[in-house]
Amino acid sequence: MENKLMNEIFHDYVFDFYRRMKINQINLIYEGEVTHQITKAFTALTEESMAKDAEPNGLQMKVFHIIVESLQNISKHAQNINGFKEETRGIGTFLIAKSETDYFIIAGNLVDTEDRIAMTELLETINKLDKDGLKALHQEQMKKGKLSERGGAGLGFIDIARKSGRPLAYNFKPITDQTSFFILTTQIPRSKVE
Amino acid sequence: MNSIKLEGKEDTPRIILDPANDIFEISGRSLPEDAALFYEPILEWLRRYSETAKTEISFHFKLNYFNTASSKLLLDLLMILEEMANNGTKVFIKWFYDEEDEDMLEAGEEYAELVEVPFELVTY
Repeated sequence: MENKLMNEIFHDYVFDFYRRMKINQINLIYEGEVTHQITKAFTALTEESMAKDAEPNGLQMKVFHIIVESLQNISKHAQNINGFKEETRGIGTFLIAKSETDYFIIAGNLVDTEDRIAMTELLETINKLDKDGLKALHQEQMKKGKLSERGGAGLGFIDIARKSGRPLAYNFKPITDQTSFFILTTQIPRSKVE
Repeated sequence: MNSIKLEGKEDTPRIILDPANDIFEISGRSLPEDAALFYEPILEWLRRYSETAKTEISFHFKLNYFNTASSKLLLDLLMILEEMANNGTKVFIKWFYDEEDEDMLEAGEEYAELVEVPFELVTY
């Protein structure tokens, strides 16, 4: 009796999940550790599907680029959070959605409050800059120094903003006083709008 | 000096550093799991190669994709070439890009601004 009920709950969940994915035009959804293997698998899948849709080369490269940088943000920056029982390092949520007009790359991971302040500052700086300003910031960051211990170049957000040609749409959803769930959505137009 | 020949993979570029045949080329895509670790032997080879005076070197970049971590190490590579130019070697850089790929053209233009070496941008 109990088993039958559990099965029903799971079946309803899967059906609901399926319908929500279709309604929101989500092509891919992932929650878990972002490893190099995962990055390779997701980029390969997306490449295949974009080639099938005969998307222009330039757009394919942009989407590829933003997927890699978004996943690397998770794998390099999702840290272990104090007071969390579970392992959270390198863990995140990742989605790819496609509408008639745009691709959407969405990445989420836990951050602690301390990081949140510095991140907001950087994201706001980037969002205030125009094309030339972003280029200047990119060049400055390139000249500045070495890769960090985590292997980041400090260029990820700047690069995503430049490649997408739009401000970075982000959100911090509070979980506890110490932690938030950081979400970054990148929208890439399928046809060129200048 | 021995040559370096690395076959390209789905996440690492094809690299040929072959002084005997005068071929210096990096091509394909670059998003290694650990960019610093991957590029270190390449940079080290080029540093050692630059220690003895060379008349000229022509270095070809034919990348169709590289991530931001790799971009930093490509600059390190270009800076070794710049150093060679400062020490009297004639350095030529050829940066190849797909004509549909404006971002790769722009990347080439930006590298050309960061280092003082003759930089030629070529479509393929």
